[in-house]
Amino acid sequence: MTGTKAHIIAQLQKDILPLQGFRPILNNSAIDTGLGLIKNAFPNSSFPLGAVHEFISAAPEDAAATTGFVSGILASLMRKSGACIWISAHRTIFPPALRPFGIAADKIIFIELKKEKEILWAMEEALKCAGLSAVIGEMQELSFTASRRLQLAVEQSKVTGFVLRNNPRSINTTACVTRWKITSLPGELADGMPGVGFPHWNVDLLKVRNGKPGTWQIAYAAGRFRHSAKLTPILHQQKKTG
Amino acid sequence: MPKRFVSIWFRYLRTDWFSRRQPDLAKAPFVLALPDHGRMIVTAANPLAKKEGITIGTAVADARAIFPSLQVLDDKPELSNKLLTGIAEWCIRFTPAVAIDAPPQDGLTLDVSGCAHLWGGEKNYLNEIVKRLKHFGYDVHAAMADTIGAAWAVARFSHDDIIEQGQQTKALLSLPPAALRIDADTIERLEKLGLRQINNFISMPRPALRRRFGPQLLKRLDQALGHAEEWIEPVQPIEPFQERLPCLEPIVTATGIEIALQQLLDTICKRLQQEEKGLRSSVFKCYRVDGKMEKIEIGTNHPSCNNKHLFKLFEIKIATIEPALGIELFVLEAPKVEDLPPSQEKLWGNSDGLDDISLSELLDRIAGKIGAANIHRYVPDEHYWPERSFKPAVSIHEKLQTDWKVERPRPLQLLSKPEPIDVTAPIPDYPPMSFRYKGKLHKILKADGPERIEQEWWLQQGQHRDYYCVEDEEGCRYWLFRSGHYDAERTYQWFIHGFFA
Repeated sequence: MTGTKAHIIAQLQKDILPLQGFRPILNNSAIDTGLGLIKNAFPNSSFPLGAVHEFISAAPEDAAATTGFVSGILASLMRKSGACIWISAHRTIFPPALRPFGIAADKIIFIELKKEKEILWAMEEALKCAGLSAVIGEMQELSFTASRRLQLAVEQSKVTGFVLRNNPRSINTTACVTRWKITSLPGELADGMPGVGFPHWNVDLLKVRNGKPGTWQIAYAAGRFRHSAKLTPILHQQKKTG
Repeated sequence: MPKRFVSIWFRYLRTDWFSRRQPDLAKAPFVLALPDHGRMIVTAANPLAKKEGITIGTAVADARAIFPSLQVLDDKPELSNKLLTGIAEWCIRFTPAVAIDAPPQDGLTLDVSGCAHLWGGEKNYLNEIVKRLKHFGYDVHAAMADTIGAAWAVARFSHDDIIEQGQQTKALLSLPPAALRIDADTIERLEKLGLRQINNFISMPRPALRRRFGPQLLKRLDQALGHAEEWIEPVQPIEPFQERLPCLEPIVTATGIEIALQQLLDTICKRLQQEEKGLRSSVFKCYRVDGKMEKIEIGTNHPSCNNKHLFKLFEIKIATIEPALGIELFVLEAPKVEDLPPSQEKLWGNSDGLDDISLSELLDRIAGKIGAANIHRYVPDEHYWPERSFKPAVSIHEKLQTDWKVERPRPLQLLSKPEPIDVTAPIPDYPPMSFRYKGKLHKILKADGPERIEQEWWLQQGQHRDYYCVEDEEGCRYWLFRSGHYDAERTYQWFIHGFFA
């Protein structure tokens, strides 16, 4: 009885999505971003490709965590197809460090531009180019108009865009499909083991169109995302806010 | 198309130039002279002086003895070359390929294959050239023939001007051996043997000629007769891919320039496509009415004959052209052209994405607007020193020499320059307990290291670095290092170099 009920609800949700203006991309299911449980937050349980994602970070430490998380997703996108363009004001990425995330840094083209306006122009041009797998743009501010332009560009070309906003002055409304905030968490180590362990993040999905926002704690080990078992992060968060 | 050449001989190039500058000089004999071994030697004489019997190479004192009121001016040795270059560039109106003859002889050689009919026949063509040059004040004799050698010989040693096709042998027979452009020793030897005309020895067995007079005589003879190839070196190299568009009315608007560019691109791309080539760089030159030239240049990452894409690249830069009073001639050149075999659809095996045409077109657009210096691609380099462990790739298609290293953890974000920090660390080699960076104290809970990276002494002198990967109480990870050993003079220092993901 409960099984059929759940089935009916799932079917209804699927029917409602198109009414809400959600248009899935055909090859969406072909790429597994390896996000595990986070997938359930997205419409149709698949990571929205052919869309622009926004990432917010406050400090350089958070920016590093954000690039780590993005690199993890990027690896699965780049495995399937094409090169990638990374646009920023100054290149802070250390190319050899991308290899552990499964990315060959020689397939990324780095573009360094001084002005925000130029970054936006270059990002829009790059997002219009269908031969790319993804475009990443590091900028401080992103106005609603600019984000709308980026979103319109990707709707044509089906390229996935990532906007990394480092230390934004205000968190304004944008036309991006999702908004994320990634912060570092202490590494998980078996008791008494030396070292620092694998990268471990608190992933905050602040906004997602047609989906459910949420918070997860994940680690990145041996080339894939892993959900952490312990509940320590929640305590950690309380400590942070309090 | 049969080859035709014109040779123009300037009998009195430098004295003519002096007469042009100072018309009074032309009325009396005058010579140009240069000091040589302590005496003045005549290097050029005007027609009147020559009539008096003054020849090049006589001492000025002797010349004065012949003609006491002779005027002597200082010669300028570089003048000939300068004048000839100027005249050669002016002659480009008659043919694109104009060359200057070897130094001791003042003359020009023009490759006029397929040009003469534009002036209504060879006679008119040659007359026009001579008339225009005489109008400038130069005494010239020009001749046209099938070979460079024959034209050269006839211009200097005969009164004929046009040698009909295939008639060069007949024209050469009565000329002296000096008409073959051979050195003075050989001429002297031929004269001594009584071979005063070319027909005296032209029928001699070739081995005999080679043995007695060297291979140069035979080579020159063959070149003059058309048995051996000879080339000229044009003063302005001809671009193999060049299109011109002259305008009836001067163009001043951006729309006009765009239309001209579009037309030129269409023709050049069609030509490139037929020859299976693509251009890597291109120059669009606009010649203005006031004689100045405006130009814009573009470059591409991948050979291209896609006129729409190339137009987009130029379009960004059209605004920089200043038409002033108007542009009368547009020229589009493609100095760098590469083979572009027709691409084949791939059924299996996906490429690495960098071969994608749309990607290289995108990069061309960005490079055109912002500059190619801002676009980088990195490949690994064989160094342990972090700053040197990667290098910019030369091109978008450069293959990897080595793979990216993964043995040791590396921070995702690296500071371009390590920043000094204050650290509390137990000696001898333990990781720090806490550090202060940008005014904030970070307490270290977990750490990994040290990893020692030595200076590469063959590249740079300095102290080694001991790297530690540390995690503070908030879970943020840093890459710290101490440069140098702990010692009494405290020469060591702690730095932060990066942030881990």
